[in-house]
Amino acid sequence: MNRITAKKQLSENVFRMDVEAPLVARARKAGQFVIVMADGEFGERIPLTIGDADPEAGTITLIFQTVGATTTKLSRLEPGDSVAGVLGPLGRPTEIRGENGEKPGHVVCVGGGIGVAPMHPIAQALKAAGNRVTIIMGARNKGLFVMEDEMRAIAGDDLILMTDDGSSGRKGLVTEPLKELCAAGGVDEVIAIGPPVMMKFCALATKPFGVKTTVSLNTIMIDGTGMCGGCRVSVGGKTKFVCVDGPEFDGHEVDWDQMFARMSAFKPQEAAARDHVCRIGLSAGKNR
Amino acid sequence: MTAQEKLAIPPRGMPEQDPAVRARNMKEVALGYSAEDARTEASRCLACPAKPCMKGCPVAIDIPGFLAKAAEGDFAGALETIKKTSLLPAVCGRVCPQEKQCQKFCTVGKILKDQGKAVAIGRVERFCADWAAAEIAAGRLPAPKPAVAKPTGKRVAVIGSGPASITCAADCARAGHEVTMFEAFHKPGGVLVYGIPEFRLPKKIVEREIEGLRETGVKIETNFLAGRTLRIRDFLEKEGFSAVFVGTGAGLPKFMGIEGENLIGVFAANEYLTRANLMKAYDEEHADTPFWHGKRVAVLGGGNVAMDAARMALRLGADEVHLIYRRSEAEMPARLEEVGHAKAEGVEFHMLQNAKRILGGEDGKVCGIECLKYELGEPDASGRRSPVAVEGSEFTIDVDTVIVAVGNGSNPLIAATTEGLETDARGRIVTDGEGRTSIKGVYAGGDIVLGAATVILAMGEGRKAAASINADLA
Repeated sequence: MNRITAKKQLSENVFRMDVEAPLVARARKAGQFVIVMADGEFGERIPLTIGDADPEAGTITLIFQTVGATTTKLSRLEPGDSVAGVLGPLGRPTEIRGENGEKPGHVVCVGGGIGVAPMHPIAQALKAAGNRVTIIMGARNKGLFVMEDEMRAIAGDDLILMTDDGSSGRKGLVTEPLKELCAAGGVDEVIAIGPPVMMKFCALATKPFGVKTTVSLNTIMIDGTGMCGGCRVSVGGKTKFVCVDGPEFDGHEVDWDQMFARMSAFKPQEAAARDHVCRIGLSAGKNR
Repeated sequence: MTAQEKLAIPPRGMPEQDPAVRARNMKEVALGYSAEDARTEASRCLACPAKPCMKGCPVAIDIPGFLAKAAEGDFAGALETIKKTSLLPAVCGRVCPQEKQCQKFCTVGKILKDQGKAVAIGRVERFCADWAAAEIAAGRLPAPKPAVAKPTGKRVAVIGSGPASITCAADCARAGHEVTMFEAFHKPGGVLVYGIPEFRLPKKIVEREIEGLRETGVKIETNFLAGRTLRIRDFLEKEGFSAVFVGTGAGLPKFMGIEGENLIGVFAANEYLTRANLMKAYDEEHADTPFWHGKRVAVLGGGNVAMDAARMALRLGADEVHLIYRRSEAEMPARLEEVGHAKAEGVEFHMLQNAKRILGGEDGKVCGIECLKYELGEPDASGRRSPVAVEGSEFTIDVDTVIVAVGNGSNPLIAATTEGLETDARGRIVTDGEGRTSIKGVYAGGDIVLGAATVILAMGEGRKAAASINADLA
């Protein structure tokens, strides 16, 4: 059992939670994730990226959107409550340019929606390794941005905000400034984390410029340790397991359409399960 | 009783649920012997002085010894004899491939010219374990108190909680060491809980064994991934453990490498079974983990995991289950009894056939499987006649689900996060044959050393490594 120490609702469907997991907080590196179970006996195991960690307090920060049964259940927990389990840190840490001998350079970080949360520790590490870090954040509207202040603290004037409706920053997609930056030259690397379709189009945008583009995949998983094979994706024509070979891959090599299809495998059941949880929630509310 | 009289006793069949009924429920298929069945079956043993059956047992149980006691109705004594060398009789009695081990060498089967008529050693073993558990539960028999040596003050970490780890943990705890077991899943038991289905190994039996471990003082930490949550060397260098045993099993599922394997509706048997067993996805009212309800299912492979997946598919509502295996039935590695069960339940066996590619519709979902027919050719390195594809023999079966059960590779995680740990070309941890790895203080056993094997072999490995740990820490 892992106790929740803090909770904040960031937007209609997005929550931030600090959860006690001392060993994970100590061991985790940028780019890694955890498997979370909301409840024990019949709960589901879902992968969530680690937004931040406080090794001294022994907590990790999870930022999640309510999309299925488990995230909906999680969103109903309060500080002092516990989640049934947190396993991690999982996956290979991000390879931070400049940490392993190569020259630091200009890295563009693209965060879409709550993809900004896992991007935060990566951007921090990139900055610390001496890179120039440009951050592009995208959301449907102003109200859906998360961690804007934290990202501005890293990128300063190199923070570009994009919204679908123009309610903050520029109106348009994250791929527009990304293309402009690549066309202007001098971009050594791009890291994109967000909805799968955003990552696909970021990879397509950078491909003509030959800029290395890393994406972080969040596929269906059960164990998260290399056992079940559910998270497999084709990368460069080879089958890879996101949990042990990833979660980060070369975005130019990922078979995106196959991945989209695989991620939708349980959509009808997921929708039904979520409705079920929501209905239970409503009736419980009425009873009170 | 004379040998002639013994040989004249008809073998006792195993009472079973009716195939048509059981194919749609999760309850255990084999119901177990009655006391009378067990006594009668045990009395068929000829007590051969050479004890050939023992040679077939990976942990060398004194089989004629325990059968003699069982034949007298002394089931407690029989169990005590078994437990001298085997820790998990209720499990092994159910899942050991007896026809390839003890029963293969049984003189009774040889004389009767039918190894199927050998003394049903496994069934009697199972009865003794189940009988004792029931007697203990009813308060008629005291719970066993395993002798635990004086505390040594030394700590042993056991990574994983499957058969190898359970055995190693028990033996180290009995030697007086403080043992902590670390499991990545939220429940201990390893393959016994995520892989082997309820209908073949009820989970309450696994829980009982785990409870027994706790009673000997073993602590169990779940949701802990050694290598990631804590590196192996940190157990020794920072956390005060004197030894680490790695029993993480052969986790990584193998695929065929054919077209269409990443279509929606293609599962590794590991995923399919984990959803159904550990995550209880069959219980749709309660479980959050979704399940894939295939109506026409193809299972690729001929081992126990393939049988488990095929039979699980039936229980979860499949109308047709096709088991596709590229050799003939004689070469199937699955336990004979499970092959029989699968057939009786209605799994269609396609022998000497193999998948060539998996066909998908425009929606990215599986819609069929194209197979090739095979013939048996010359014996290969394993001594089995190797199958050769018959050119132009392609045909298609319409299916909506494909379950790949062609074995597991080694999980790369511990090796990748433990500098200096020697592994072989197939990623298996190299040991000195006694469980010691290339790093002092680090031991390994079970499938991570052997490659995919059996519960009893893993148990034997755990026992061997524990003996080395106990000797090295003395």
